[in-house]
Amino acid sequence: MEIGVRKEKNVSIVSVTGRMDAVTAPEFEKSLLELISKGEKKFLVNLAGLEYISSAGLRSILVIAKQSKAGQGEVIFSGLKGPVEEVFKISGFHSIFKIFDSEEAALNQI
Amino acid sequence: MSSISHCARERGFSPERISEIELATEEALVNVFKYAYPDKIGEVEVTCKWDQEGRLIIEIVDSGVPFDMFSIGEPDTTADISKRKIGGLGIFLIKKLTDDVQYQREGTKNVLSLIVNKNRGRE
Repeated sequence: MEIGVRKEKNVSIVSVTGRMDAVTAPEFEKSLLELISKGEKKFLVNLAGLEYISSAGLRSILVIAKQSKAGQGEVIFSGLKGPVEEVFKISGFHSIFKIFDSEEAALNQI
Repeated sequence: MSSISHCARERGFSPERISEIELATEEALVNVFKYAYPDKIGEVEVTCKWDQEGRLIIEIVDSGVPFDMFSIGEPDTTADISKRKIGGLGIFLIKKLTDDVQYQREGTKNVLSLIVNKNRGRE
């Protein structure tokens, strides 16, 4: 798994590629919790390059979203595909998160 | 994990279904790694076989502490972010991605069988 972060206006755009599983999810969680503790509030997580996500990844996403919301922030998503999109749907993540087809569409809404 | 995929591929399961099977198997194995052997190193055995209806059965056997995943409640997938509980999603995914799950405590062993059809939710 690789994580890239860049900032556009006041939004941290986090691109995640590879696999988010029990081994790699803690790294994702730690990186984003660090950004939140530095005062970042708005996150757009681009999952276009993510091939696989397990419950450990979902768990980390919930941790981040809760933490961010507690500080009046928000986490939204873009670019879900294949098995990642399916797992989001099964887990009810489509109803708790804003999910957009593309980064551009998401940036217009946050 | 690759042997499970190999099993399913040989019988013509689709790549999408194979990736669901891999995910369910990984979730079950992670549970064994986390909970079965709290204070010692233990073994886990994964085998695949087929039943008469052509369903794939992935059998996961460990000799750890008894663990019946049916005793764990399901997460509320409709709760909003603040109310949504963090845990329980692994077991939930196993149930959703397979067609049947059976658990038996056989002597000192946990025997978990994940039963999957070629297509999810279809006979």
